[in-house]
Amino acid sequence: MLQPHIPSGQPTDASRLVRVLKLELRGITKRFGSLLANDHIDVVVEPGQIHCLLGENGAGKSTLMNVLYGLYEPTEGEILIDDKPVSFRGPGDAMAAGIGMVHQHFMLVPVFTVAENVALGAESTKAGGFLNLDDTRKKIREISDRYGFDVDPDALVEDLPVGVQQRVEIIKALVRDAKVLILDEPTAVLTPQDTDELLDIMRQLKSAGTSIVFISHKLREVKAISDTITVIRRGKVVGTASPTASTSELASMMVGRAVSLKLEKAPAKPQEKTFQVKDLTIIAPSGQHVVDGVSFDIARGEILAIAGVQGNGQTELSEAILGLQERAHGSILLDGEELVGRSVKGILNAGVGFVPEDRSVDGLIGTFSIAENLILDRYDQPPFAKGISMSPAKVLENAKTRIDEFDVRTPSGMLAAGTLSGGNQQKVVMARELSRPLRLFIASQPTRGVDVGSIEFLHKRILAERDRGTPVMIVSTELDEVIELADRIAVLYKGRLVGIVPAGTGRDVLGLMMAGISPEEHAQADKPLTNTSHANQAGPTSSSSAEGGDHD
Amino acid sequence: MSTTATSPLPGPGGPGSRQSGSDDALATSAKPVTWKTPVLLSVLGLIAFVFFGLMGPQQTASFGISTSGDFFQLPALQVQAFLAGLVLSVIMLGLAGYAIYLKTKDRAAPSWLPILFIVLFVAAFLIWVVGGARTPSISLAGLIAGSVTLAVPLVFGSLSGVLCERVGVVNIAIEGQLLGGAFTAAMVATMTGNPFIGLVAAAVAGAVVSMVLAVFSIKYLVNQIIVGVVLNVLVSGVTGFLFSTVMQANKAQFNTPDRLPIIDIPVLSSIPIIGPILFRQSLVGYLMYVAVIVVWVGLFKTRWGLRVRAVGEHPQAADTMGIKVNATRFWNVTLGGAIAGIGGSFFTLVAIDSFTKEISGGRGFIALAALIFGRWNPIGAFFAALLFGFADNLQSIVTIIGTPVPSQFMSMLPYLVTVLAVAGLVGRSRPPAASGIPYVKG
Repeated sequence: MLQPHIPSGQPTDASRLVRVLKLELRGITKRFGSLLANDHIDVVVEPGQIHCLLGENGAGKSTLMNVLYGLYEPTEGEILIDDKPVSFRGPGDAMAAGIGMVHQHFMLVPVFTVAENVALGAESTKAGGFLNLDDTRKKIREISDRYGFDVDPDALVEDLPVGVQQRVEIIKALVRDAKVLILDEPTAVLTPQDTDELLDIMRQLKSAGTSIVFISHKLREVKAISDTITVIRRGKVVGTASPTASTSELASMMVGRAVSLKLEKAPAKPQEKTFQVKDLTIIAPSGQHVVDGVSFDIARGEILAIAGVQGNGQTELSEAILGLQERAHGSILLDGEELVGRSVKGILNAGVGFVPEDRSVDGLIGTFSIAENLILDRYDQPPFAKGISMSPAKVLENAKTRIDEFDVRTPSGMLAAGTLSGGNQQKVVMARELSRPLRLFIASQPTRGVDVGSIEFLHKRILAERDRGTPVMIVSTELDEVIELADRIAVLYKGRLVGIVPAGTGRDVLGLMMAGISPEEHAQADKPLTNTSHANQAGPTSSSSAEGGDHD
Repeated sequence: MSTTATSPLPGPGGPGSRQSGSDDALATSAKPVTWKTPVLLSVLGLIAFVFFGLMGPQQTASFGISTSGDFFQLPALQVQAFLAGLVLSVIMLGLAGYAIYLKTKDRAAPSWLPILFIVLFVAAFLIWVVGGARTPSISLAGLIAGSVTLAVPLVFGSLSGVLCERVGVVNIAIEGQLLGGAFTAAMVATMTGNPFIGLVAAAVAGAVVSMVLAVFSIKYLVNQIIVGVVLNVLVSGVTGFLFSTVMQANKAQFNTPDRLPIIDIPVLSSIPIIGPILFRQSLVGYLMYVAVIVVWVGLFKTRWGLRVRAVGEHPQAADTMGIKVNATRFWNVTLGGAIAGIGGSFFTLVAIDSFTKEISGGRGFIALAALIFGRWNPIGAFFAALLFGFADNLQSIVTIIGTPVPSQFMSMLPYLVTVLAVAGLVGRSRPPAASGIPYVKG
């Protein structure tokens, strides 16, 4: 199913025949102050190709695309269209030249209808500047029919699911006759099923003559869809690869050294269940039940992964355990003690370690030093505090130990935490949370925006905590990570627990669960594995198939 | 109305046509049903029942409808105050009870309910006040015409607010824009001897005040609230200084503007009640109606409006669609200032024929409340401003006819209405998402 194929869509007739366009970026350099985001990048996008830009978070892919789309002006270098140099002073110029872009964070006005969003900036008008939305509706239906999008022009965007919003973004570009479509990390917010549909749409667009620049760090998708792959690392092109290259080849190009993508993971030895969540319901200020009657338990020495598409209640669930959610009803028991209603400090002192999903906002104080950040949870306890005074020497000493232990790459513990790279920041957070005896460890998005090298390290640390006999809860929207780490997988959808399945459950089953369909509901589902030891052996196998993209 | 805050009020077509679908979706899931409305209505209903009903005056209140100039005469409305108060307050309690019933069923009160409640409450209050007065008779026509008059600067001010906030800039400086307009209108009209030139000058003055707000908040990213407050103080200080040093010293030369003439449209202006409101106005009054309609149509039916709203809701999205966010903001804020400036000229060219210190008297802030009460919608803001104008006018009329209520309490009325309105009597309103947030590229 992932082999390229010619879609069955109707052939483009003569009037639809689009002018194909060759795009070339030559020596693009972009500086932000002292930071060199792009360093003499050369990329050629041949007409009618899907060209992938592969690179880690922070490699400079998005910056490059923002330059191409006219949002940033390049410090040096030029953009050529059909071998003629062009200069874009804004996105308007880029769109006029036939370049469309779907941003990672959608550029849609939530309170506008689909038609209003599509019209914006390229409005059809009647005399006197009056909007002619009927014309826009017609165009949306046309494109929607041609590619099977099923988008209602009069729906409010905020009411639409993420996958449909993405289609609206694509329609926006197509209405403007985009010949080159830039997709910036388009699958980050999608379920596996939505992702497959998106890949199909990309194939259709390609066969209709649209070139696509596909930005991703997910090897499976890149291999499945690309014609050419350009690998970017630290703002530089490090090479091109063909989609037939092996996963480990691509990964080592991306990271710059050989990486092992397979996590060596011993089978879990679950002991007694010490952590229980019973009938937890969280009501948002809007009145919505963001977590709705969720119950599960975690045994000592076991990792439970909470999977699901972003925004299905994971954030609220993990925050509720730490006591950060006010309107939480139900029961959260740790070693038989009730946590609901206790203060955050009380819960931390009860032995809960917590890595928040957004480290720069909730995990660290960017302007504080690394050493200070490492004791944020124990600043008032000995040995760091004596009465009302603190002991800076002890704080620094602690920092030295932790920095060594967690391999934080920094010249000094006195530096502000905000100056560290994402991976090193996460190591600081993790070092702090794992530095006291824990009875429960929760990590939300433990490797989001973290380089591949650090991911390996962080994963090993989480496993080590498990093997020490701590119940571990991982919240992740990255299915690969869930499959790799989990001993059991709980899937949340719209605040409800769709089900808890053992590790080794197929990607397709998990994907359906992430769309709210429980394993019992669909007949064609793989039989859920009940034997846990078997399931654990199956774990690594499924993660390796994930990288190859050949699981079906 | 309780859910689609951003859609225009009237008109089944255009952007409004999507309402039915989204209303259902939101009513069942996202919107919480609170006790706020039922409780508030119950308290007000009880107050009405005790004071306007049980303790109501035993006189007959008389409400004149026609004025002598009308081309046909309608008899004055005679109401037995005690009985009317009782009946109206019982209906109000009934409405409150219905809201409670709906809440127990976990359903929100429909939007017509609080509006009907307000109308009944105002009517009962009016009957109570007039019925208890020494001379229990007022002219309803005069009351309404006066309300519109007092509402004119409020409407212009709130339109200015709508234009600024819809584009993402909070305009606290409405007061300063009104005051600047009033001062400049008086001065220029006196010096040129032409009130129409004064009117244009007022618009320019308002725009200049607004440009300062725009430059500091858009270019230099200064906190918009702070710039607004500083501007109010600045304009108040500058006009006050110039008033006492220049205008007072040479009144005839600088502060005796001719008034704008009242343009009376024959026949139409003689229709009882609505004639004087719609067809016997100064140029500024007519401009008010035009401005409300033009701004509404502009915002919701034109390309300009779509872009403006996009900039105020999601500036980055607008930017990626090739719209110049900060330029749009700058010119919209400037336009808003010009409109508020015209509103300011009403004080010195229509209402009174000279400038005095602080002539705007805090109406810029009431306009801000009207904008919120009107849900960032020109037509909503217009009716909200009318309500405030009505409260203002009632206060002065009632003091004249002599009521048992101390006049100080009556003077509180407009502000009391403001507080209740903004506290969310008619549901919660949602401001433009990017309002108050400066846009920095990248």
